[in-house]
Amino acid sequence: MSRWLRSFGAFWYDFIIGDDWRGAAVVAAALAATALLVHVASVNAWWLLPIAVLAALGWSLRRATAGKT
Amino acid sequence: MNSLALFLTVFVACAVEAVEALTIVLAAGVTREWRSTLQGMAAALAVLAVAVAVIGPALTLVPLTGLRLVVGALLAVFGLQWLRKAILRASGYKDLHDEGAIYARQVAAANAADRQARRGVRDWYAFTLSFKGVLLEGLEVVFIAITFGDNQQNLGLAAAGAVAAVLVVAAVGVAVRAPLSRVPENTMKFAVGIMLTSFGVFWGAEGAGVSWPGNDAALLAVIPATALVALGYVALLRRTAAAGRAAVVPTERSPA
Repeated sequence: MSRWLRSFGAFWYDFIIGDDWRGAAVVAAALAATALLVHVASVNAWWLLPIAVLAALGWSLRRATAGKT
Repeated sequence: MNSLALFLTVFVACAVEAVEALTIVLAAGVTREWRSTLQGMAAALAVLAVAVAVIGPALTLVPLTGLRLVVGALLAVFGLQWLRKAILRASGYKDLHDEGAIYARQVAAANAADRQARRGVRDWYAFTLSFKGVLLEGLEVVFIAITFGDNQQNLGLAAAGAVAAVLVVAAVGVAVRAPLSRVPENTMKFAVGIMLTSFGVFWGAEGAGVSWPGNDAALLAVIPATALVALGYVALLRRTAAAGRAAVVPTERSPA
């Protein structure tokens, strides 16, 4: 049963998150920061998530291509 | 988002996945036998239909703000994955998706496998190959159709886009009887990656509580901005790769 659960979890991890978990971590952190800015500081931070996501993409690409030509 | 954008996004995403599923089904059917292959395909389609019928309406019970936050986050992460691969392919850092080569590999593997009847299926290998291929490719389609459809409160139209794409690809596949290697799959994946990431960002931020300037019209800026940055990354990576090759070549040619 636990092996089946591990395989099930591994499948969904690979399906949604894939090769680079850091992108998912950046999205989660940026969403949390956006919610905090909106609800605690009353800042309409619509710009935060697009910038974070596109920066995370660049970071991920840089890691994937480092040392390759 | 208007209905046309919803339909087209789901249609293109689904067409890409259907092309990949077709390659696997063709390899199983041509090399092994069609009856078991079609049984595997039908079983996978039944599982996918149940998933849509259960998950789709269940998600409509979740409040829209919460739904947009969760679905937006998932779509943004999922879209980043697509876009990352598409950029690496477009810039030459990853091999292009080649349906012809994949078909040849699947045919070789299918030829080498033993024939075994099991659970009323004449060729278990053909059944499982077809079932897994259609189910795995179909899951991505279901995920995209449900998230887009539920967020736009138009699951029917999203499902129609998915079904239309499957029918078109299946019809072309039957007519051609070969993997659809001429479909510009890599370009389509690039476009789908841009759409998934853009809508994920838009809905995720809305779910977190922001008000986009111009409301839905903000998408008209988010999508092109994502596309421009993605194309910029492609150009940058191509230049880096070319510079790397130029630096290596004189060293290789220099006399010992």
